[in-house]
Amino acid sequence: MNDILKIGGREFKNKLFTGTGKFRSRELIPKMLESSGSEMITVALRRVDFDAGNENILEYIPKNIVLLPNTSGARNCDEAVRIARIAREAGMGDFIKIEIITETKYLMPDNEETIKATRILAAEGFIVLPYIMPDLTYSYKLVDAGAAAVMPLGSAIGSNRGLKMKEIIEMIIENIDVPVVVDAGIGRPSQAAEAMELGADAVLVNTAISIADDPVSMGKAFSMAVQAGRLAYLARMGEESETANASSPMTGFLR
Amino acid sequence: MNIVLNGTSYQTDSDDLYGLIIEKKLDPSTVVIEYNGRIIRKEFWKDHRISENDTIEILNFVGGG
Repeated sequence: MNDILKIGGREFKNKLFTGTGKFRSRELIPKMLESSGSEMITVALRRVDFDAGNENILEYIPKNIVLLPNTSGARNCDEAVRIARIAREAGMGDFIKIEIITETKYLMPDNEETIKATRILAAEGFIVLPYIMPDLTYSYKLVDAGAAAVMPLGSAIGSNRGLKMKEIIEMIIENIDVPVVVDAGIGRPSQAAEAMELGADAVLVNTAISIADDPVSMGKAFSMAVQAGRLAYLARMGEESETANASSPMTGFLR
Repeated sequence: MNIVLNGTSYQTDSDDLYGLIIEKKLDPSTVVIEYNGRIIRKEFWKDHRISENDTIEILNFVGGG
């Protein structure tokens, strides 16, 4: 089946995007990428820890994988823009995940600052994927600001609570013309499948894969779930009903 | 000379950015330098002199979601 997702001129066959955070061993990252077939992965930028020495996360990511640096740590538009520019200057390409967070308990993104950063970075030629609190009006504004996709959260980052924001995400999927990537909170393959069944264009899963006992198998499990959900969406599911509808003929034999 | 390195005061013996990276025992290919708020590309590190009270950030890419 020729079902290609296009973001910023790049084509993605695999609709599972992954992250590099929280793996107990970095050697697991390339193995997870291979088992899942994921074609895009996030990385973060930090000050070098002189005591720990620098180990380059990029060494563990095969060259054919699209890098999606995030602006994690940014608390406002200016900081996000600064991180994005550094990442590009460092040879990371044009993709950028804007992540601006001031609230520390649930790590909810700041949509207003995110729109400002999106406008600035899109004008500079970045392919901007903003991580947002699901909201239809903000999503329209992000598209207007030049976002290449929108990435509404399913639930709080790393919470594994799934699609708590389901109804709003559905509204965004139905009404927004750029790809919708459900990011954050997806804890199980079934939740990833659910997002894809709703019509999401992709999902971004990090924690649920990286903290599994076997991240390599879990990456594959998520990839299969994403494919199943996508295929079900394209195949168009039947409607729900309040009462039963027999699957087998009810007449013509015993009476 | 004294500089501000990654947010803290630091005494360096190096005259240029490349020397500073080596002094900190870092692999040049894996780090990014922001010098007084400007990103300096690797090819210019050897020629880029450090001055007293410069603010230098040495950054790298790490795991993140």
